[in-house]
Parts: sequence; C-alpha cells; structure tokens
Amino acid sequence: MGSREIHLRVNGGERRVVIEDQTLLIELVRSLGLVGTKLSCDSQVCGACTVLLDGRPVSSCTTLAIEADDKPVVTIEGLADGAKLHPLQEAFIERFAFQCGYCTPGMIVSAKALLDAYPEPDVATVRHWMDGNICRCTGYQTIVEAVLDAAEQMRGAP
Amino acid sequence: MLRRFDVHRVTSIAEAVDARQRFGEDAAIYAGGTELLLAMKMGVARWPHLIDVKAIPALGRITATNDALRIGATATHWDIERNALVGGALPALARLEANVANVRVRAAGTLAGNLAFGEPHADPPSMLIALGARVVLEGKSGTRSVAVHEFITGMYQTALAGDEIIVAIDIPLPAKDVRVAYVKFQILERPSVGVAALGTVRDGRFVGAPTVVVGAVDEVARAVPTAQFAGADARDARTLDAIAEAARAAVEPTADLAGSVEFKRHLVGVFTQRVCATLAAQAS
Ligand SMILES: Cc1cc2nc3c(=O)[nH]c(=O)nc-3n(C[C@H](O)[C@H](O)[C@H](O)COP(=O)(O)OP(=O)(O)OC[C@H]3O[C@@H](n4cnc5c(N)ncnc54)[C@H](O)[C@@H]3O)c2cc1C
Ligand code: FES
Ligand code: FES
Repeated sequence: MGSREIHLRVNGGERRVVIEDQTLLIELVRSLGLVGTKLSCDSQVCGACTVLLDGRPVSSCTTLAIEADDKPVVTIEGLADGAKLHPLQEAFIERFAFQCGYCTPGMIVSAKALLDAYPEPDVATVRHWMDGNICRCTGYQTIVEAVLDAAEQMRGAP
Repeated sequence: MLRRFDVHRVTSIAEAVDARQRFGEDAAIYAGGTELLLAMKMGVARWPHLIDVKAIPALGRITATNDALRIGATATHWDIERNALVGGALPALARLEANVANVRVRAAGTLAGNLAFGEPHADPPSMLIALGARVVLEGKSGTRSVAVHEFITGMYQTALAGDEIIVAIDIPLPAKDVRVAYVKFQILERPSVGVAALGTVRDGRFVGAPTVVVGAVDEVARAVPTAQFAGADARDARTLDAIAEAARAAVEPTADLAGSVEFKRHLVGVFTQRVCATLAAQAS
C-alpha cells in the first residue's frame, strides 16, 4: 500500500510506472513531459486540465493517477498525427479560437470527447458540453465555431 | 498536491463493510472523488485511508422493474443521463442529471456520492424526495433503506452509519399520468435554487395535490405543504401564486455567494411558479 505499479497507456504508448496512491493524474502526465495539460483552478471548474480517461473527459487536477491503471489516457499531445494537426487543432487556428492559449489544450481535448460522442452536434450541444471549459480571452464564439467546423471537416474526411 | 494516503480497492460489499469497521474514522469511502479529493486538497478533510468502492461489480448497475428504478451506488451522472432505462422510465431525471455540474464532474461523480456528501447546493435531492426515493444501505447488521429526506439530515450531514455504505438508490416510478418536472437557476458552479414538482393535471385541474420540493437554497431540500391545492385549477395564475407563496414560506434560505436570503426566497417563488406551470403545460 501507499505506492503501486500501474500499467500506463498514454497517447498510444505503454509503460509501467510506480506511483504513490495520492498522485494526481495531472502530476503524472506532466512528470512524463506531457506539459500541454495545464493546471489552473485546481478545483474541477475550468477544464484547463482536461484529459480523456477511457474515452471520458476528466479533470486531471482532481483525478487520482491510479485510476488510469490499464485504461487509455489521451492528452493534447495525443491528437496530432506526427506533424499533421488534428482537425480540431486546425479549426482552432483557422477561427482564431485562442489568444493566450492557456485554456486551449483542455478545450480541444474536451471537444474531442464531444465529437466522439456526437459527430454531428448542433450549437446547443456544443455550448452545453463545453460550458465547463472556461476561457478568459476569446468570448467563446470562435471556439464554438471551431468545434462545429472541425465536426464538419471530420465528417467530410474519408 | 495531496497529502499521503492509502487507497484500498475492495471488490465486494462485505469487504467494504469490513474496511469501514477496521479503519473507522480514519477512512472515507471513495467513488468519483469529485468532492472528496477537492475537500482533501483544500485541507478541510483528511483521511489516511480511502475505501475505493468502484470495483464492486454489483454497485455499477442500473436496473428497472415495472414500478421502480434501482441506481447502483457507483453509477455516475454520465451513466445515468445516457441510460436507456432511465431515459425511458423517468426522462425528467435523465434531463436533471445531464445538467448537473460540468461534463467532467458528471463523467466521474456518482449520484450516491452526491447524496452522501450532503452538499446543500445539489440538484438530485429535491427530485428524489418528490418521487419518494430511498437510499439502500448495507452495514454489519444487514441492509436497510432510508427515505432520501431522512437520509440527508443537514448541511454535509447524513444518516449513514460508521459501518455502512450506500449500495443503491431506489426510485419508485410515478404512474403514467403523473408529470415530473425540475427547473433550476444557477449563476455559479452549483444551483442557486432548484424546484422539483410532480403531479397529475386533468381537464386543467390538479388530481389530488401536486408535490413540490425546493432544493439548494436551504440547508436541506424542503417539501412544500400543498394539501390545500388538491383539485385546484392548475392554469389559474392565482393557484400558481398561492403555491409559490407556500414555497417561499417553507424555506429558510442560507445567504451565501449565490445570493441573499431575500433574493433566494424571491427565486423560490419564481421557480416554483414556473415548474408548476410546466406540469399544467405538459398535461395539455
Ligand atoms: C465543480 C463542481 C460542480 C458541481 N456542480 C453540481 C451541480 O450543479 N449540481 C449538483 O447536484 N452537484 C454538483 N456537484 C456535486 C457533484 O454532483 C458531486 O461532486 C458528485 O456527484 C459526487 O460523487 P463522487 O462519486 O465524486 O463522490 P466522492 O467525492 O467520491 O464522495 C463524496 C462523498 O460521498 C461519500 N460516498 C461516495 N460513495 C459512497 C457510497 N457508496 N456509500 C457511502 N458513502 C459514499 C464519500 O465518502 C464522500 O463523503 C458539483 C461538483 C463539483 C466539483
Ligand atoms: S485545473 Fe482542473 S478543472 Fe481547472
Ligand atoms: S485563450 Fe486565453 S484563456 Fe482561453
């Protein structure tokens, strides 16, 4: 007890790591160099720390790393295919959906989960899903547009 | 950063009850951790041991009979809002669940955890009380079930005994012609006020009295005395005004970041009117 070895499956890679029970998922992924995941409110409110755990968006700031044992974890670094950006990343750039960029990794990862669940979302669905991701710069409109654009793009892609 | 603790993964209810007895006050039950880990990070609570109940297979199930839904203790808000049995038998609960917190809290947080924490700014208690739902508990001396309104005894306080765990929430299904509605008003992360109502409206009149329960403004959810509205004209503004007045009188709002006592009492009136109007509208 106290510490244990887990089978970590982050962004398609696999490794075994020894962690203490109280280690938070954000501490673990950032310690692996995956620093796209940001810590902000530290209280499940802002979404800057969003990662996918077994396909579901979670606040890595308030999730124990042991929960990731043998479950796939996707962080923002897992979206691009080599140098080819994910359609969501492209759409965020096209639509100027970020300014300082601090909320962006969480926004995009949360939007990824949205599009996995609802490939053809309407505006209300996007707003409802994303309302737990806070942005202090953009005013949200361009973010909603970017998510809708990416959805269309992904449906069109072969 | 969290201070050191040990997580104990139990795989049966009996093991969980044993662990509760063994660790006593040194342990808390851990499900989604959405409240627990926050409280521990803020330093308002500290437990050297957490008993993780998520690996107990029986606790994850959502089942239905003709007249009741049983929601297992580790079913998350996310599971419940998408569950076909819930959506079919009690769509108002599915909608309520889809609007709890944000998508990440719903993905990890459980309904049982919501009730067990006893945080007053919560959505499910008012509707569960209106429906007559019960919390099913298991402890060293067996199983018992407690009505939700008796389970939540105060702010952050419940009737859970030291050796018990919640295994499920049992929700009786209302008869076909009974409407169920919930409205909330929210400016922060959690509801400022939420009002649940349940009733049958036939030819514009309430059949019997409607049930109205106000949540989130008070230390606990409050049932509004409504007996006098049995048979009342549900479309008459005066009826709705009178129910709203009864609701305002039934609560003792707590002043906090969500608003002052006067403001919250005002909201209670407005949202009680709206939810009761919804009952009448659904019936037509
Ligand atoms: C940012 C944020 C916003 C929120 N917004 C809302 C909102 O809008 N509306 C709303 O209703 N709620 C809201 N919540 C509360 C949310 O619903 C709860 O956090 C969640 O449901 C708790 O479940 P959990 O599984 O994470 O519980 P945990 O954090 O794991 O546990 C919470 C408590 O329940 C106990 N417990 C858990 N499972 C059991 C069991 N089986 N038996 C006995 N005790 C048990 C734990 O010991 C602990 O005391 C919000 C929470 C956050 C963090
Ligand atoms: S840092 Fe985790 S939700 Fe804000
Ligand atoms: S781009 Fe700055 S917070 Fe969103």
